[in-house]
Amino acid sequence: MLQHHGPQLVNLLASVMLLLAFAMLSQRRIISLINLFAAQGFTLFLSTALVAWLTGQDHLYASALLTLALKVIALPWILHRLIRRLNVKWDVETLINIPTTMLIGIVLVILAFNLALPISLLAGTVTKATLGIALACVLLSFLMMITRSKAVPQVIGFLAMENGLFFAATGAVYGMPMVIEFGIALDVLVGMLILGIFFFRIRERFDSLDTRHLERLKEL
Amino acid sequence: MPAELLLLLASPLAGGLVLALMGHRRRAAEVNAAFSTFTFAAAAALVARVVSEGPFEALYRQLFVDPLNVFLVALTAFVGMTTAMFSRPYMRIEREHGRVTDGGMRLYHSMYQMFSFTMLLVLTTNNLGVMWVAMEAATLTTVLLVALYRTHASLEAAWKYFILCGVGIAQALLGTILVYFAAEKILGAGVGALLWTELDTVKGRLEPAVMSIAFVFLLVGYGTKVGMVPLHNWLPDAHAEGPTPVSAVLSGLLLNVALYALIRFKVITDGALERPFASGLMMGFGLLSVAVAALFLSRQRDIKRMFAYSSIEHMGLITFAFGLGGPVASFAGLLHMTMHSLTKSAIFFAVGHATQKAGTQLMADIRGLIRLSPTVGWGLTLGTVAILGLPPFGVFASEFLILTQAIAHAPWAAPILLVSLGISFAAIFGKVQPMVFGEPSVARLRHRPALLPVFAHLLLVLMFGLYMPPYLAGWYRQAALLIG
Repeated sequence: MLQHHGPQLVNLLASVMLLLAFAMLSQRRIISLINLFAAQGFTLFLSTALVAWLTGQDHLYASALLTLALKVIALPWILHRLIRRLNVKWDVETLINIPTTMLIGIVLVILAFNLALPISLLAGTVTKATLGIALACVLLSFLMMITRSKAVPQVIGFLAMENGLFFAATGAVYGMPMVIEFGIALDVLVGMLILGIFFFRIRERFDSLDTRHLERLKEL
Repeated sequence: MPAELLLLLASPLAGGLVLALMGHRRRAAEVNAAFSTFTFAAAAALVARVVSEGPFEALYRQLFVDPLNVFLVALTAFVGMTTAMFSRPYMRIEREHGRVTDGGMRLYHSMYQMFSFTMLLVLTTNNLGVMWVAMEAATLTTVLLVALYRTHASLEAAWKYFILCGVGIAQALLGTILVYFAAEKILGAGVGALLWTELDTVKGRLEPAVMSIAFVFLLVGYGTKVGMVPLHNWLPDAHAEGPTPVSAVLSGLLLNVALYALIRFKVITDGALERPFASGLMMGFGLLSVAVAALFLSRQRDIKRMFAYSSIEHMGLITFAFGLGGPVASFAGLLHMTMHSLTKSAIFFAVGHATQKAGTQLMADIRGLIRLSPTVGWGLTLGTVAILGLPPFGVFASEFLILTQAIAHAPWAAPILLVSLGISFAAIFGKVQPMVFGEPSVARLRHRPALLPVFAHLLLVLMFGLYMPPYLAGWYRQAALLIG
């Protein structure tokens, strides 16, 4: 029964991913933003595990567990700790108002589907329909990075982009070889730790994590 | 696995760990230089092996060495070594001026070695996925180095560097996934489908539509790290605000390494498409970078920023040459890569001492270097003359080759190149001349500047301009054939 409905279920999870990407785009509170990011990671974990079970690709189980450990547990935990330790005011400010951002987001989704069309026609995977959504998630996270003025939401956007890329890899090719996935995960983790240090330096200098303070270097 | 290759990668990795444990002890700078020297010795041995035995693969085919990457390995290890030697006295002075803390010095030395390791891994890996991972790691190791001084501007530069290169490199990951997608259809799933040597043998059968989309993502991704216009915004800031040895290796090495990644993908994409799609894109972006950088050069007031823009210009020129393709243009591109690395790092060394003397990076406040310290003054003058492409320096030879090839095969591009080179000549020469020969305004430096690396680099550049040993020329020709 589940085997039969499997591909539909993957598509359902894909739409949840997209929904969460939009939710993150519209979220104003930082704590909720981190929780949404964790939820997106969890959806990615579920869909990767499901694809692994449907196709019998065993290495995808490992990839799913990696997602669970890193994107659902480790990174949100580090982010929550950072927020508490940094102790700055935490309402997310956007540079463009949220309804406009959502409209731009919709345009990006259409663009992503058009871009993914020729590729998914060639894909032989059961998950090829999700490729467009994965690209849309990447572009929406990119939009989030551009429209947020504080450092932490920008980083969450960056991490969400990584989620979208992993989702694209699962959709198009049943995931990258394991060595590479571990390498990418390691880079993300190290990057997060370095950013942790970096946040403290920014705050120590500016008493705030607003990246609008970081606009002095300009061309004349 | 050949011992040379093992040592080449193990030496900087071990150096990073040892220096992290050693902390800021007095001899840390010497240990740093020793590890880099050892890495260079391993690289030299590796070159000897490749020249005598030809290309080879190692470690279950995950690493491979051919004339193209061994040439960049040698260059990277050499400039890595001279920069470590330069940074020993330079960073000590910075420490005495209180610009860096003890913890900062530990971070600096450890990350310097890790940065060398990631670059050498990008160059020697056969696996395009590992290449991505190592390239991202190279960004991560240098982010904290750019922010080493913890000033407002350096934090801002590092943040910009991290975010822009992070976004860029994410596009490159998407491109790599798409290449894997195309390769998996022919080579089957698994690590084999990411090996460059495998891809190279089947490149004619890769799906052209997928490869062209993949190359666009890869160009945007790795192009950000090369500093191509319009993705160059991080580069002048990161170069200007980081410590000078970091500017030297970023400009002289990291940009080359990112361009190397792009070249590897270009070879496969051109093979898959049977029309010069990748080459055309590289020519276009290269030309745009040369022209835009030339226009920005004259507006700079900070000396390190100005030479950062000059790096964008030269990387654009090299990208253009590789896009043009053919044995002569690729040869010229490789030669220019070498010349630019050596000259630009030499300039940054001299600039480092000049700014340390003057206590400022603003060109208007640095005057009369040649009277106060002839070596710094002459180093800067000769470096500038060399980078501007005046004979008899090697940059002249490579630029001349690129220009003649452009006139022969892409005549429409030649005027743009000539005008841009003219504008940048006027801009840079006009600004450096009063700094060197004007009325002195800067204080006398108590420390003796360590300028041996400057003159060693410039001597090499001069040698390449006057006489190129036949075996070197043969080696470059072999590497150029691999690019096509």
